[in-house]
Amino acid sequence: MIKITIDPVSRVEGHGKITLQQNEQLEITQARFQIAEFRGFEKFIQGRPYWEAPVLVQRLCGICPVSHHLAAAKAMDQLVGVDQIPPTAEKIRRLMHFGQVLQSHALHFFHLSSPDLLFGYDDEVRHRNIVGVINDYPELARQGVLLRKYGQEVIRITSGKRVHGTGAIPGGVNKNLSVAERNSLQQDIDQIVDWAESSVELMKQIFLHQAEWQKNFATIDTHMLSLTGQGGALELYDGTLRACDRDGKVIFDQQSCDDYLDLINEHIESWSYMKFPFLKTLGVEQGWYRVGPLARINNCDFIRTPLAEQQRQIFKSQQSDGKPVQATLAYHWARLIELLYCAESIRELLDDGDLLGDELTAQGEMRLKGIGVIEAPRGTLFHHYEVDEQGLITRANLIVSTTHNNQAMNESIRRVAQDSLSGQELTEPLLNQLEVAIRAYDPCLSCATHALGQMPLQVDLLDAAGKLQSRKYKQAGN
Amino acid sequence: MASFSIDQQPIEFEPGQTILQAAMAAGVYIPHLCFHPQFSAHGSCRVCMVRIDGRTASACTAPAAAGLEVENLSDDLQALRRDILQMLFVEGNHLCPSCEQSGACHLQSVAEFCELLMADLPFQYPRRMVDASHPDWVLDFTRCIHCELCVKASREVDGKSVFSLTGRGFDTRLVINAPDGLLVNSEFASTDRAASVCPVGVFLPKHQGFKTPIGQRKYDRHSIEQITEE
Repeated sequence: MIKITIDPVSRVEGHGKITLQQNEQLEITQARFQIAEFRGFEKFIQGRPYWEAPVLVQRLCGICPVSHHLAAAKAMDQLVGVDQIPPTAEKIRRLMHFGQVLQSHALHFFHLSSPDLLFGYDDEVRHRNIVGVINDYPELARQGVLLRKYGQEVIRITSGKRVHGTGAIPGGVNKNLSVAERNSLQQDIDQIVDWAESSVELMKQIFLHQAEWQKNFATIDTHMLSLTGQGGALELYDGTLRACDRDGKVIFDQQSCDDYLDLINEHIESWSYMKFPFLKTLGVEQGWYRVGPLARINNCDFIRTPLAEQQRQIFKSQQSDGKPVQATLAYHWARLIELLYCAESIRELLDDGDLLGDELTAQGEMRLKGIGVIEAPRGTLFHHYEVDEQGLITRANLIVSTTHNNQAMNESIRRVAQDSLSGQELTEPLLNQLEVAIRAYDPCLSCATHALGQMPLQVDLLDAAGKLQSRKYKQAGN
Repeated sequence: MASFSIDQQPIEFEPGQTILQAAMAAGVYIPHLCFHPQFSAHGSCRVCMVRIDGRTASACTAPAAAGLEVENLSDDLQALRRDILQMLFVEGNHLCPSCEQSGACHLQSVAEFCELLMADLPFQYPRRMVDASHPDWVLDFTRCIHCELCVKASREVDGKSVFSLTGRGFDTRLVINAPDGLLVNSEFASTDRAASVCPVGVFLPKHQGFKTPIGQRKYDRHSIEQITEE
């Protein structure tokens, strides 16, 4: 048996290592994607006052901190006995989260993934990056940068800072929008919607231009999990849990997030800091699934905003049998449909006078358990806290988006290696393809284990006897 | 009126004033931590160190006198202040990013004024308890800088003796005068002056963290040298 290890991976945050194992027939029998670092937020927030959690745990991530901030805040709402926060608070939070998903999706696509998609994975490393995009597609790069900037501005106005603000507090928010702030966001929103729509068109063209390759690259058939809103609408902030199987048939639907422990369990492997979640009814072997834009767009019945809904229908029409789109690279397409949904939703929300309201918080009877679930840019995010009578956290369970996709990423890596590795020698193009597969899911693995810094990648290829046959490195920033 | 100078700027003073009191009255900022105008000075934190006619002394205890030439914001004194502040930061758990006192923290603001950007000394990560026994207050002892302001407020204003420092050197710690050492069983009341005088984030009202938005916190609106009343 031959084992391949790739270390490090670039344009992905964290430090990754891939180990591939071959049998005597040189087939890939196993792929193990490991993130080397461990941070342990669940442990070190124990003993802290509960109201610190939304601000503290958002440090899990520099790309999607608002999602952690809000998932924790939703759990804190339950702790302070509030089932329904005031309309102003809910709309401010939703606005904040639309800004978050908009900026994260723009970063993920334009800054981190578009070089692969525009230039091809075999393009020279020195050129295949955001600077290359700026040189070759200056207008596109500009739009990407400004889309992200707009999302960050929404976050700054609602939470006080572009990264790691303090807007959501237990039972509500600490500020509303002033008329001047609302007007400043309204000024550019039409342009943002236009650019978002163009980006979906671009991704659609890229996908359809190489349809066969796009449909097969790193593709695996999986179940999918997401929140859905009322009537099965695409929902990012609050909803109920829906899981569909590989054929799109409902496994469960409209399940309360509070019951997540009845639906999901986590399997532990000794070789990984990341756990392996699975649907309880299907077990470890059959129950793993995917989350994130692909799951959300596949799982939902419709999108509330017209332009994004139109794009969703085109997306879904790729699969003539009505089954879910399983192409891993379709994650990017789904991501940009969501980006358009966020832009449209921000435009709609900015017309809502509740954003200027004064009722910012609600208060109820203290409870000892709180569960907050949200759709973070890369997938469903669970925050579960328990406190003692004095208000100190005694237990925390965080299941982050990347962890849900753990098994799927391993399977996609195995698929790429199986399709593209010939012989026993690791090549640069193979390494690039493995990174492209990982990046479709996630450019940021820090939350899952929870790593710091840029992510270098090491790939090892081991033979049937477990002996190292080939090793390839890629340093951070390449 | 008699005067002395701070960094060549003339400062008038009343008889009996210290250099720090006269400077504050004149709107001249001398960085300080353990001094509070409401309480007696004891010169323990050394952040207000100035050079008086070539000799270093704490401005909060040194009496003002006519003709003194006082150095305040010279590079070497600021460097010494950074050393002191740095030791305070590494000897406690001052995690500004997740501390609800951030933006309203005297220590943080003085450090910003003195341009302390990062610590070179190893962090000690002390393991001290959080006392959440009181229904309305949490005390996070990991942030205590032993300024004794709560001790003085309790004794001099509240007429109680709820707080005290015990131990010496690195083992110094704030303790509560109660049979079991817990706040809930002490004479402490939420209306005590001791509850509102902490310059860092030891005294936290329960359930209220982060209610003031970024941009509206005490030191977001004015930097520390612009605030004269404390």
